[in-house]
Amino acid sequence: MLSRVADSLYWMSRYLERAEHTVRLLDVNMSLMLDRSGTTVEKRWNRVLAALGHTPESAWTGDHYQLVQTLTFDADNEASIRASIVMARDNARQVRDELSTEQWQQLNRLYHQVTEPAGYDGEVHLEEFLPAVIDGLHLFQGITDTTMSHGEGWQFIQTGRSLERAFATVKLLDIYSSDLLESNEDENDGYNYLEWIGLLRCCTAFEAYCRVYTADLSHDRILEFLLLNPEFPHSVRYSIDALSGALKAMQQANGRQQADGLTRLAGRLQATLNFVEIGEILEQDPARYLHDVLHQCQQIHGQIYRYYIQYSVQTALAT
Amino acid sequence: MSTGSVSLHNSNPALRDYFLDDAYDEMFDAAGEVRPHYQVLLDAFQNMPEQELRRRKQSADLSFLTQGITFTVYGRNEGTERIFPYDLLPRIVTAAEWAHIEKGLTQRITALNHFLRDVYNEGKILADGKVPREIVYSCRHFRREMRGLQVPRNVYIAVTGTDLLRLNDGSFVVLEDNLRVPSGVSYMLTSRRVMKRIFPQLYGAYGVRPIDHYTQLLLSTLRSLAPEGRPEPTIVLLTPGVYNSAYFEHTYLARQMGIELVEGRDLVTHDNFVYMRTTAGLKRIDVIYRRVDDDFIDPLAFRSDSILGAAGLFNAYRAGNVTLANAFGTGLADDKALYAYVPAIIRYYLGEEPILNNVETFLLTDPVQRQHVLANLDKLVVKAVGESGGYGMLIGPHSSAEQREDFRRKIEENPRNYIAQPTLDFSRAPCLMGGPASASIEPRHVDLRPYILFGDKVQIVPGGLTRVALRKGSLVVNSSQGGGSKDTWVLND
Repeated sequence: MLSRVADSLYWMSRYLERAEHTVRLLDVNMSLMLDRSGTTVEKRWNRVLAALGHTPESAWTGDHYQLVQTLTFDADNEASIRASIVMARDNARQVRDELSTEQWQQLNRLYHQVTEPAGYDGEVHLEEFLPAVIDGLHLFQGITDTTMSHGEGWQFIQTGRSLERAFATVKLLDIYSSDLLESNEDENDGYNYLEWIGLLRCCTAFEAYCRVYTADLSHDRILEFLLLNPEFPHSVRYSIDALSGALKAMQQANGRQQADGLTRLAGRLQATLNFVEIGEILEQDPARYLHDVLHQCQQIHGQIYRYYIQYSVQTALAT
Repeated sequence: MSTGSVSLHNSNPALRDYFLDDAYDEMFDAAGEVRPHYQVLLDAFQNMPEQELRRRKQSADLSFLTQGITFTVYGRNEGTERIFPYDLLPRIVTAAEWAHIEKGLTQRITALNHFLRDVYNEGKILADGKVPREIVYSCRHFRREMRGLQVPRNVYIAVTGTDLLRLNDGSFVVLEDNLRVPSGVSYMLTSRRVMKRIFPQLYGAYGVRPIDHYTQLLLSTLRSLAPEGRPEPTIVLLTPGVYNSAYFEHTYLARQMGIELVEGRDLVTHDNFVYMRTTAGLKRIDVIYRRVDDDFIDPLAFRSDSILGAAGLFNAYRAGNVTLANAFGTGLADDKALYAYVPAIIRYYLGEEPILNNVETFLLTDPVQRQHVLANLDKLVVKAVGESGGYGMLIGPHSSAEQREDFRRKIEENPRNYIAQPTLDFSRAPCLMGGPASASIEPRHVDLRPYILFGDKVQIVPGGLTRVALRKGSLVVNSSQGGGSKDTWVLND
């Protein structure tokens, strides 16, 4: 497979995952706004902004509806949902012939959904719009899995999605963790409860969490669930397992070189997530642990590029 | 143009708007009788209820759409795809007509290829004065860089799409040779597939010669041109990218041949070898079927602002490590002034009379011919020599005095840059016109573009792209200006 093609598929997938994460974050926080809570409005939205990679001071204006509009539709804002989907489609268009017709059509539908969002009455109803975009994104994933050959290209799509998802979840945990850790479990007064539900919902994890731990929310369990659960698709461990699997399949499909550095990095991260206990993380420095995972994710991205996409001509000729 | 209207010997209501005049009609002869090879087609459509016709038309539309035979409309509705305009009635070519065309094209391509080899090497034809040196050396597409270069099998023109017209007397003439990067073959292939699905009985009844092996022939042609010592050559198709109007065709051909579709940024040259960047490392490329013009193929050798090619590609080509199809500099033989010499070229290299004639062409470098042209600008078509696709043209009968004055000045400034030809009255074929409620069969002007492949030998799949000027009275067949296409059925006997 051409490196350019792999690159486009990888980024298409990352941008779509990013869009989905942003939509969910905005949707959940908008609905949380309706309840009074101990957390101030400003603090909540600054958290959202931080999770999306903004510097808080620059964006918060006091008007949360305005903010959501910007984060959803602003074409100039690189982190907006619209920008993510436009970028995903731009990438897909470069490799149109690698995708199935069904995939391409669904991506176009999504594109029109976010570029021309007004409903029949000419108004944009965010509370309907956001869930509809998530549905569209889920549909695209389903179509991808059922209409595209599960070869190297598909593995690049999986890689992009898993890495982006792991990254986003860790980032979210990092931002919430200081709040979570500060709170005393005895002060379970309903306000904090709401915040925790918010965090879980941002990862579609509330119901899955309850099934494992019941509705009894506590910060260490939430951290354990979102970080180390082996079965839940939005947990970091699950994402890294998926990433590792996709990287292995890619190497097998492509057969040339053993991407040693990449295998080692991914394997090491997978192992720490598989064999660590939540108690150890909490005893030491959870923030540092999370930063470390983020750093390793970035390194893996760099290695994927080094081995498959932007390798130097000299090293490639030497092998 | 006289309209010596001949009444049809046919009372079919669908033919109520059919008319005949001096132009050759593909379906009716001069006396208004149906030509025998169109009888079955006419009967079939005559007996088809309106509703049935509509159903098939919809089915064809859907088929084009789902096969992705579309072009993307940019702008506000970015991402919406439209189907290309096409006509449901096939153009029928008899076995005898085809045999003549095939012989003529083979002769012409063989001679043009000899010419290119000669001009870029010994230059005998120039020394013998059969073609003036100044015409060759002043051609914009002449590539000095090609001098003395040996190309595999001495084949310069691997793929050609020659434009043919049929004149009033029924004879086919060559309008343009299109020796650079001709396009449109994907429409020939895909519309055949659709027609077979929509009119299976009719198609079966006619005994049409197949064209589906085109991509296979193209692949074997490209393979036969691989550098020596490369028995399993890696072949790629080089596209300018998604913004090119023929991008659909590039993806289609690459997919059908099972070769990689590459862009300039996928290519790397090192030590005069060309590689593509793959996830499994660099892979050496042996043959490039390039759909990028000469000028853009290598920023080091040609236009330095090009990002469509690969730096160093031309040196690798000169070193014989990679083959380009078509070769560089084939545009020389495509020059419209040189076109006038093609009959002489055929006589010189093959010692034969041309089987397919040229359209009469006036060279404006010749004072006598120039005088004649300037005096008759309102009757002639003037064309810029280096252009194609209908650009830089003056159509005398449809021009204003101002436009003619403009061209008169341009011609006097630079006579080498223009040629003139008579306004052609070319053949018409029946087309299905009118809305769904009132379908009617009407004649429209058509041309024919067969595709010629030249590897170890010249091969032409029986068929081609018939382009049709769907607007009434229009002579312009380009799809950007109201043109469409129709399937071309070459019969077995």
